[in-house]
Amino acid sequence: MLDSKNKRIIAKASAVLLALLVWQTASIVVGSELLLVSPIGVLKRLFTLVGETGFFATVGFTLSRIAIGFFAGLLIGTLLALLAGRFQIVEILLWPYMITVKSVPVASFVVIALIWFSASGLSTLISFLMVLPIIYTNLLDGIKSVDKKMLQMADVFKMPHFRRLRFIWLPSVKPFLLSGCKISLGLAWKSGVAAELIGYPEGSMGEALYYSKLFLNTADLFAWTVVIVLLSVCFEKLFLFALKRVLKGVESI
Amino acid sequence: MILKNICKSFGDKSVLNNLSVEFKNGSRTCIMGASGSGKTTLLNVIMGLIKPDSGEMIDPSSRIAAVFQEDRLCEPYSAVANVLAVTGKEVAEDKILSLLRELRLQGSEYLPVSTLSGGMRRRVALARALLAKGDTVILDEPFKGLDEDTRGEVIEVINRYTKGKTLIVSTHDIRDASDLGAEIFNL
Repeated sequence: MLDSKNKRIIAKASAVLLALLVWQTASIVVGSELLLVSPIGVLKRLFTLVGETGFFATVGFTLSRIAIGFFAGLLIGTLLALLAGRFQIVEILLWPYMITVKSVPVASFVVIALIWFSASGLSTLISFLMVLPIIYTNLLDGIKSVDKKMLQMADVFKMPHFRRLRFIWLPSVKPFLLSGCKISLGLAWKSGVAAELIGYPEGSMGEALYYSKLFLNTADLFAWTVVIVLLSVCFEKLFLFALKRVLKGVESI
Repeated sequence: MILKNICKSFGDKSVLNNLSVEFKNGSRTCIMGASGSGKTTLLNVIMGLIKPDSGEMIDPSSRIAAVFQEDRLCEPYSAVANVLAVTGKEVAEDKILSLLRELRLQGSEYLPVSTLSGGMRRRVALARALLAKGDTVILDEPFKGLDEDTRGEVIEVINRYTKGKTLIVSTHDIRDASDLGAEIFNL
């Protein structure tokens, strides 16, 4: 007998297979690889793409920049949330910036960034800007959700800072931090690649997407998209795994 | 520790009105009074959690251990971890386990406290207060949620662990004062 977890995996795998089948059928019906490339065509192109010189350099270019943008957003968002949680005036002063960053379209930031800076660091800046308000808002919510009565308890017992962090702050803030990271990781990739597509810095995955559009190369477009999705998912899974391990480590010290 | 002419109001309601009381070092006191008479407010003033509107506190206790009105436990952690959270490694795990077992918590020592019943959680809070460093032990309704048998055992444990310390207990039950060998302070 299959347990419910295996049943779910099989159901999901079947859904993916069905989707691929629908895609393949649609591609046959359309009858033009230019308009709608088939999954088999994408797979073939993906294999040749990986073998091409410069593939890993292109992946490395975008991956490193988005990763730097994400980590910078995580670090600065965390520091600002800590400050805003401690001093309300910081929260008030930061409010207009955070609201602006949250509501201004990515494309506007990209154009401004292209005017002010070079295209090479574009994806770093844009991912940073997308990650920052999410991490800041989530962590600040987490900090505000800490039970004041537990903090009073820590004051009465004169608990040292590290134990307050481990026993009171961490359990409250952890779900907010994890959900903030999960949301912002996906967004960092989407916005970072979109920024590269507009600014097409040389040697980036965004540039590769730009050229596939320019030359109407649908197979390239889909193959690069698959690479981006795979990288984004792997990056997210790896980072969240490492973060959970670190948090678990702190909880069990 | 002396509280002199303490007044505390919440809105229009005066809870502590010109209250004066002295807790001598090593004394044992039961604060008695009906619900809403200000027992918890008085304990919170002593612990420094509430600032009185007027009055002064002379020679306040520098180190307090407490059972609060609510359990105030670190929910995802076990009973042992909750005690370690306040004692650190200064108290050996064996000693914590031994007290938890005396408080009839055997088998639940390493379970998350969020899974324990109200009475069990109360005893974890009590174990934390009894093992924490403190020259004054404050217990706000420590027997809440305990059955008669457990109450008797818990009283015995409190008496043993608070010997030589200043003990301040808030309660409704007149028996608590005699069982704890405490003077009564009526609010």
